[in-house]
Amino acid sequence: MEMKVDNLSVARGGVPVLEGVNFTLGAGQVMILRGPNGSGKTTLLRTLAGLQPPLAGRVSADPEQITYGAHADGLKATLTVAENLRFWASVHGIDSISAAVADFNLQGLTHRPAGNLSAGQKRRLGLARLLVTGRPIWLLDEPTVSLDVASVGLFADAVRAHVAGGGAALIATHIDLGLQADTFDIGPFRADGVRGRSGQNRDGYADFDEAFT
Amino acid sequence: MIALLVRDMRLAMRAGGGFGLGLAFFLIVSTLVPFGVGPEAAILSRIAPGILWVGALLACLLSLDRIFQLDFEDGSLDLLATAPIPMEGTVAIKALAHWLVTGLPLTLAAPAFGALMNLQSPGHYWIFVTLLIGTPALSMIGAFGAALTVGLKRGGLLLSLLVLPLYIPTLIFGAEAATRGTAGLSALTPLLIMAGITAGSVALLPFAAASALRINLR
Repeated sequence: MEMKVDNLSVARGGVPVLEGVNFTLGAGQVMILRGPNGSGKTTLLRTLAGLQPPLAGRVSADPEQITYGAHADGLKATLTVAENLRFWASVHGIDSISAAVADFNLQGLTHRPAGNLSAGQKRRLGLARLLVTGRPIWLLDEPTVSLDVASVGLFADAVRAHVAGGGAALIATHIDLGLQADTFDIGPFRADGVRGRSGQNRDGYADFDEAFT
Repeated sequence: MIALLVRDMRLAMRAGGGFGLGLAFFLIVSTLVPFGVGPEAAILSRIAPGILWVGALLACLLSLDRIFQLDFEDGSLDLLATAPIPMEGTVAIKALAHWLVTGLPLTLAAPAFGALMNLQSPGHYWIFVTLLIGTPALSMIGAFGAALTVGLKRGGLLLSLLVLPLYIPTLIFGAEAATRGTAGLSALTPLLIMAGITAGSVALLPFAAASALRINLR
């Protein structure tokens, strides 16, 4: 189980936003994806998940091993917490949801309709879905939005347990999760048509201002 | 796949799911026609099969935009696209769920609603049979249209404009078979052509709809 990304270029709405992305994500590894707003983090994650084709380059990973956690949680407001989770579990051929419920502290909420949950509780339910997919590679887009400190801790624990079991995670986030992780920085999107190059550490905002002056 | 079917049907039955909406619309159309046409029993019973077909078709149209739009908006469609179910399977199951909560109730109710238009004796049987064979095509063609327009804000009207012309062949042969059957003539030819349209739609359109969805998800 390994995801190898080779000279990948991705585009959003026909506009190239990132090019020359190279990295390897191996079993047991957590990689944090960092970059300013609009730099192409979501586009990169969607491309890796197979939701859109790359502009150039290749991703070598079995799509059946990848699960994608987007901004939207994909929850149905009129189904209960347990029904939402059980649906995704059975789609992925997993029988039990009790571990996922316990890991994200949802025990008291299983019979509540997802529409009645708070934003943070919905997020926890959305993250619990990752556990019932049984897939080793997690691609997560801002997973900690609307989570409180305790829930961020639960999430970090879940990621730790996942990679300890041979999984891997690529997480786009702006906060420090306290994980043993590598960092992958992507440059800013350049309004002058020169694309930001990835994998470099530089002061992106200065470049961005420069493009307008 | 069964999990997806169960989920979609459960969502349709729950609050705001729209189950029964098409049926109520169908009942209202069937009630309005005698008011508009007048109480002549002979005219009503002659036009009843055609009116029932048009009414069922329009009722079917009402809930089409829900097939993919809600899943697109809450992110479920992205997750389904990365799930182990092939996209073609997702489309076919969602069309089946739409038929079970829309087409099938319309088919079961149509013979009873026919009484409002003085539908004569073998007509009840024929309207049931033709709708049973024809409505799966309506759901499948509708799912294809819904896949094309998913992601468009307020795409419902565009969806209707796209789908209604595609419904014409099913309507022509379905209503013709029902009319001929009611009049005691042989309805086999239009019935077989309509069955062919249904079989073709069910076999081919999941692939077309899945391609449209993949492009719209980019």
